[in-house]
Amino acid sequence: MGKTHTLRMTVNGEEVELQVEPSATLASVLREQLGLTGTKIGCEEGECGACTVLVDNQAVNSCIYPAMKAAGHRILTVEGLAHNEQLHPLQRAFLEHGAVQCGYCTPGLLLSAVALLGRNPNPSEAEIRRAISGNLCRCTGYAKVIRAIQEAAQTV
Amino acid sequence: MVCEDYVTASTVEEALATLASLRGQGRIIAGGTDLVIQLQRRERQLSCLVDVTRIPRLNEITMDNSYVIVGATATHAQIERSPLIRERAQVLAEACSMVGSPQIRNVGTLAGNVVNAQPAADGSIALLALDAEAQIANLTGHQWVPVASLFVSPGVSRIDATTEMITAFRFRAQAPRESSAYERLARRKAVALPMINVAVRVLLDADGSHIREAHIAIGPVAPVPFRAQEAEAALKDQPVSDEVIIDAVEMAARESKPRTSLLRAGKEYRRELIRVLTRRALHRALEHARG
Repeated sequence: MGKTHTLRMTVNGEEVELQVEPSATLASVLREQLGLTGTKIGCEEGECGACTVLVDNQAVNSCIYPAMKAAGHRILTVEGLAHNEQLHPLQRAFLEHGAVQCGYCTPGLLLSAVALLGRNPNPSEAEIRRAISGNLCRCTGYAKVIRAIQEAAQTV
Repeated sequence: MVCEDYVTASTVEEALATLASLRGQGRIIAGGTDLVIQLQRRERQLSCLVDVTRIPRLNEITMDNSYVIVGATATHAQIERSPLIRERAQVLAEACSMVGSPQIRNVGTLAGNVVNAQPAADGSIALLALDAEAQIANLTGHQWVPVASLFVSPGVSRIDATTEMITAFRFRAQAPRESSAYERLARRKAVALPMINVAVRVLLDADGSHIREAHIAIGPVAPVPFRAQEAEAALKDQPVSDEVIIDAVEMAARESKPRTSLLRAGKEYRRELIRVLTRRALHRALEHARG
């Protein structure tokens, strides 16, 4: 392999420093170098949102996001949501509402919802639909996801 | 994605010098939401990406006398939320709010939208209706050129991202009795190509009874973003009335050349969409301009 670059970033609250290839995407670094496989690879072209993570609280498609762009930023993946064995209120609401079926889209949906509630603690249904419009679910649909987010908004 | 090196530039001069040293093998990357996909599909071969998104102040949205200046690395999300754009160039805020998905809008830039030169690019269509100019920086200096002059063919712009870059856009801010609006229809409401998109900007005379000037941009109805000049001429100096709008809308549908597309829709349907969306956009902008 050719040359590598040093990448320093904060992932789920921990500072990390690693050597990455210049062409690496953030998703590949998270999954293959840091072992954080909760971030899923779906379409690899920015359509499905399975790879969604937060960069400084903003949702991005990590599979088309060059890893070097993450330098110096705070990254949040699905592994960073639970604390001390306690699920994040959104995770709990997804479980309670049956908003998960095969689960492949779930990490991305959760992070889009975290980003939404971070800037708008009391979203309307239209705002929720818009916030998750970049996340495709092909099995359970969106009704339960929306209800789960509405409920979590009341408890966060 | 395939490339051998990744350079994060801290000034425009450094980005241009880096490109020059790479002799055509380097390319500017802003958000990368199109470029990374092109690299992953091996539609482009490059040895080095030159990231311009950390150049200080290059993403600022400001006023300079009567002009709005949008920095090249402003993202769609940033433009959509900018109070200045929402107030003085609604058409651009509305267009940027419909690009891709939240994830794409958080990363993708208006300059990237223009350089990629898609005839249906939401940002380009809105900039056309605003009569916007782009500032191009290369080793010979900086110059302002009309955005309308930048498009060559689908996917090809006059900006050579291996040697130069857009640093900003500018357009005249809307004055009193002036407004703008954006309309688009796609197969679904997110992450979908528009079947037709329409951007309009209108200026009324002092008492609000006549249209002094109208700009209408439509996509994708030609190989490049399109201005419906006959429809614009039909509105100029005419009274604000349903008949005038209906005539102009007909003209816009006649002078546009939508094609049947498997990705979008049949040409007859798309021509009807030009009528509907142009009428909606004109009504909304005129109503707002009258206050």
